Amino acid sequence: MNRGHFGVHGGQYVAETLMNAVIELEQAYNKYKNDDQFNKELTYLLNEYAGRPSLLYYAEKMSKELNGAKIYLKREDLNHTGAHKINNVLGQCLLAKRMGKTRVIAETGAGQHGVATATVAALMGLECEIFMGQEDIERQALNVYKMKLLGAKVVSVKTGTATLKDAVSQTMREWTSRISDTHYVLGSVMGPHPFPTIVRDFQAVISKEIKEQCLAKEGRLPDAILACVGGGSNAIGAFYNFIEDKDVRLIGLEAAGLGVDTDRTAATISVGKLGIFHGMKSYFCQNEYGQIAPVYSISAGLDYPGIGPEHAHLKDIGRAEYYPITDNEAVEAFEYLSKTEGIIPAIESAHALAYAIKIAPTMDRDKIIVVNLSGRGDKDCVQIARYRGETINE
Amino acid sequence: MNKLQKAFNNGKAFIPFITVGDPNIEISEELILALENSGADLIELGIPFSDPTAEGPTIMEASKRALDKGITTDDIFNLVARVRKKSSVALAFMTYANVIFSYGIERFAQKAASLEIDAIILPDVPYEEKDEFYIPFKKYDIDVIAMITPTSNERVNKIAKEATGFVYCVSSLGVTGTRNTISLDISGLINQVKTVNPNIPCAIGFGISNKEQAIKMAKISDGVIIGSAIVKLIEKYKMNCVPYISEFAKEIKEGIRDIK
Repeated sequence: MNRGHFGVHGGQYVAETLMNAVIELEQAYNKYKNDDQFNKELTYLLNEYAGRPSLLYYAEKMSKELNGAKIYLKREDLNHTGAHKINNVLGQCLLAKRMGKTRVIAETGAGQHGVATATVAALMGLECEIFMGQEDIERQALNVYKMKLLGAKVVSVKTGTATLKDAVSQTMREWTSRISDTHYVLGSVMGPHPFPTIVRDFQAVISKEIKEQCLAKEGRLPDAILACVGGGSNAIGAFYNFIEDKDVRLIGLEAAGLGVDTDRTAATISVGKLGIFHGMKSYFCQNEYGQIAPVYSISAGLDYPGIGPEHAHLKDIGRAEYYPITDNEAVEAFEYLSKTEGIIPAIESAHALAYAIKIAPTMDRDKIIVVNLSGRGDKDCVQIARYRGETINE
Repeated sequence: MNKLQKAFNNGKAFIPFITVGDPNIEISEELILALENSGADLIELGIPFSDPTAEGPTIMEASKRALDKGITTDDIFNLVARVRKKSSVALAFMTYANVIFSYGIERFAQKAASLEIDAIILPDVPYEEKDEFYIPFKKYDIDVIAMITPTSNERVNKIAKEATGFVYCVSSLGVTGTRNTISLDISGLINQVKTVNPNIPCAIGFGISNKEQAIKMAKISDGVIIGSAIVKLIEKYKMNCVPYISEFAKEIKEGIRDIK
């Protein structure tokens, strides 16, 4: 049986209690992924509810100002709920309904995945519980309110660093204690097989559209695709349909926090090593004894000590490149896009923009960069203001 | 007969768990010796992991207390080396895959063998992933213990068939921790194991908190594993915990020893 290996990465490192649950999920997914009715419903929801296809916007002003490659923005921020997360949640909740589950649980970091899950749970009449680190609850109060408004219960996770990794651990514990009626809507391309594959497939619509849109607008494929990487779901979604197009550079941008030479970082590819955690073998930030490191980033959505197994494999085989972006570079890009194009990006996506700002001027004007603008930045305004020493009273 | 088989040869087996390094490494050493003297047949030594996804709050917090004190895998090996000068009690390490993987599976196995460790328990390594650990440990005659749960269903047969040492039967859904009632059909699970692998001992763990529950579980199995209830006593009495643990251990072992 294929247990979701990407080179040496992936696998199913979970408690025996969960094994039949992940096997049941894999069987259901294999049954429905090529089911016409299932795909028809999913496409309907993606188009009519989430607002797909998302635009591929030519950032002309930014491109001219940087005086280099043409920069396109894949506007996942324009999706319903303001990020790419809804693509996967619609797919998984539809699958959960088909499996006869009546309750969904999910982890969330920045709150985007939690909001998307609460939204779709409301739409589909599923009971919903979201696990969120106490630290992130404080950083993302607005999203917490939204989830509650949408009818979800938000559970504060106070263990460990009280951030995304602890929220994932707690959601796994919760799933272990109640699998018969509950589906775990994992939000990224991580965790035990089949999650990295399922989430990737549901997010691959991003690269499918980029390809079609770029061909329509430019008559050719882009030269580089840039996306921020925490667990890596928006990045794998933006990369997937280009993996075989070897001339397209695939570039993932990790959260360096205060810098990869400090211990306040979340740049897994830069500072992590091979390990086994959260159901998968991949790269993780950890100490010499395998204890998972307390990572840090200004971005709650990238504040995770691991990376999805398929990214780890793309890194190993040299198909994708990964670079660290510091808090400061991301904040500058956040402000730059707002002022230059009138688009406020999520602080996560600003990591990818920061790299575009770096490389565009070094490229010829006939080159094309696509930045996956994975989310919108409304949720980050209070925090970025604080970063700049300004206090906003909401 | 190896030590693991002997552990199940003294009436129903009592298998206590402690998180090593909580409250500190010296007390852990005293606890191992006290547990042996109080009738423990096999002692599970928890090597703390930063993110123990199969543990409930009690053991999670104990792991954190130990790690906050700076305890490392090597400190624990040194502790076992000191214990081995005084005791030959059967010992198992319980930890998470990454603790062993990051140490080097082969290197860890070799070190554990030199300390006469009898078994390894890894809650995040299911049947499908076991060979990566099972094969190198087998080389050093250390059993990687198979776990079965009430959700294992048809998986029990293949797991039981390849199990060595003993089978760890998880009594309830969810994570470790004491529970007021254990209601799932564990004896059915154990019968299923014995049908496939008649000679393998089965021990029940997760949720057993007192003598009454231990007796009930001993009636349908070959031994009981008690973790959180012991860790709670350690948490409560801290540096003075040793006599309380001894007393608890004696009560359990005396309660279950002669259960048929």
